[in-house]
Amino acid sequence: MAPTTRSQLSSARWLRSWWYHATFYAQTWRASVVASILFPFMFLASLGVGVGHLVGAHTGLVEGQTYLHFIAPSLLATTTMQLGESESLWPVLASVKWIRTYHAAAATPLEPEDILVGKLAWLATRAFFTAIAYTLIIACFGAIQSWWCLTLPFIGTLITVAFSAPLVAYASAAESDASFATLYRFAFVPMFLFSATFYPVSAYPGALRPVVQLFPLYHGVALVRAAAYGTGSLGPQLAHIAVLVAMAASGVLWGRRTLRRRLTD
Amino acid sequence: MTAERVVEARHLVKRFGSFEAVKGIDVAIDRGESFGFLGPNGAGKTSTMRMMSAVSQPTEGTITIFGLDPRTDGPDIRRRLGVVAQEDSLELELSVRLNLEMFGRYFDLPRRVVRERVDELLDFAQLTERADDKVDNLSGGMKRRLTIARGLINQPEILILDEPTTGLDPQARHLLWDRLYRLKREGVTLIITTHYMDEAEQLCDRLVVMDRGTIVAEGAPRTLIERYSTREVVELRFSTDDHEEFHSRLSPFAERVEVLPDRVLLYVNEGDETLMEIHAAGITPSSALVRRSSLEDVFLHLTGRTLTD
Ligand SMILES: Nc1ncnc2c1ncn2[C@@H]1O[C@H](COP(=O)(O)OP(=O)(O)OP(=O)(O)O)[C@@H](O)[C@H]1O
Ligand SMILES: [Mg+2]
Repeated sequence: MAPTTRSQLSSARWLRSWWYHATFYAQTWRASVVASILFPFMFLASLGVGVGHLVGAHTGLVEGQTYLHFIAPSLLATTTMQLGESESLWPVLASVKWIRTYHAAAATPLEPEDILVGKLAWLATRAFFTAIAYTLIIACFGAIQSWWCLTLPFIGTLITVAFSAPLVAYASAAESDASFATLYRFAFVPMFLFSATFYPVSAYPGALRPVVQLFPLYHGVALVRAAAYGTGSLGPQLAHIAVLVAMAASGVLWGRRTLRRRLTD
Repeated sequence: MTAERVVEARHLVKRFGSFEAVKGIDVAIDRGESFGFLGPNGAGKTSTMRMMSAVSQPTEGTITIFGLDPRTDGPDIRRRLGVVAQEDSLELELSVRLNLEMFGRYFDLPRRVVRERVDELLDFAQLTERADDKVDNLSGGMKRRLTIARGLINQPEILILDEPTTGLDPQARHLLWDRLYRLKREGVTLIITTHYMDEAEQLCDRLVVMDRGTIVAEGAPRTLIERYSTREVVELRFSTDDHEEFHSRLSPFAERVEVLPDRVLLYVNEGDETLMEIHAAGITPSSALVRRSSLEDVFLHLTGRTLTD
């Protein structure tokens, strides 16, 4: 029974797709690395220190934190969200339509599900290390105040997957990238600005607060703050986690259908 | 000993929405055969090849590959297939060598094995000198050669090639033919589509002609020529603006007469004899050529000279 032995020994198929993405990244990461290290420092220096100076003079503390310490953790949430967004639209449409590398992969032992899971697992890996780096950067600015910060890499990973899974699913079914810019303009940018990222949700009139809570990023930001400060009670945190897990799970289920249809039709 | 069936398709149908691209074809291919699909653009060749690659699922009908069902054993089938799709699908930002190595990983081949095969395949594709170049910088034909090389990384038992030589220069084409003969001698089954009739005649033991989703003829190239054409063709040119006027005058001399804008084709068994008869009848063409019938004659006869869509 040589074939059986062989398939038992062979590595899981989705792992081969993960490996492919990892190898690709190892070849191409250098182009973006300087920008991605400089960005958080510039961001926190200008907004956190600069605007924070004004806020401090005006209103004092924000939810018990200096303004710098208030916005620093949200940077981890927005960055991991943006990782999920930027890697899941154009790169996926290119792989299924323009350069067709997913079609090439579908002609190997890999199934569409393996391609999907490998892609998401790779993004999760990147998110994990990105979140570690951002935790350290946030710590440099003094905003880490609890051992709960050890959960930040996992929260960052969850945020990335929660965004990338449905977007990969969407891009797998897309015929063109026409809608992608619209998504950025009318969904991602507003979400980035209005998810209680730069000021607390209490700054909104009462009627608007439930609306803000519809933004997935709001839940990511809330989780990240709670972990950085060690504040917040368990119930709401579990609810935030549930929202993000539900997004990730439904994205995977949707993506299984769209990617399979795209590659096997 | 009877040959082993490696591909068996029954009443294979592929629909895209309401459009039927493949309309219930039957195909059986034995191990070691080289089997061709000919047909005009849009005939359904690629749709068929994708089903035989255990990638695309038939809308109706059944297909088995190595006796296995692609719906349940897709990965096990594809592990033993090499696929060269009609469109290249290379990683443009990466080097030639890495494209091959990374593809080898999809088959879970040990690193050492991949490295050995990559060197071999680079040599085969004559890309050794370009191994470290970005694929984006290669010419179209070089990319095609790389795609073909990539399809061989897992030493497949069946190699499926969808228009492999489109865009290749004559040297590269002949090199590929040599390599395909060698693979065939080693027992590899070849499934090929091509628009080059000489290639089909050279490479294929057996072929089918598809037209609008159905198979209109099947057989060995020589058999098809005997069945659908005559042994020889006489090509006559006259100094006239309208060759049509010769149609009726020439039809007594041939099994079939075909009038083209610039010449008249007579399908006959003995070309030289026919030519003498024509001269004896006082018909004087400005030029005359006798040649053997080719697969191209069969193809044009079966699928028509005009574009169908
Ligand atoms: N994904 C698809 N969606 C809709 N229609 C399709 C799809 N793929 C192929 N078709 C249609 O099916 C028909 C057969 O296409 P196919 O690619 O199989 O032809 P072909 O014989 O390979 O042609 P060519 O020689 O041009 O490569 C065409 O009319 C094509 O437009
Ligand atoms: Mg085709």
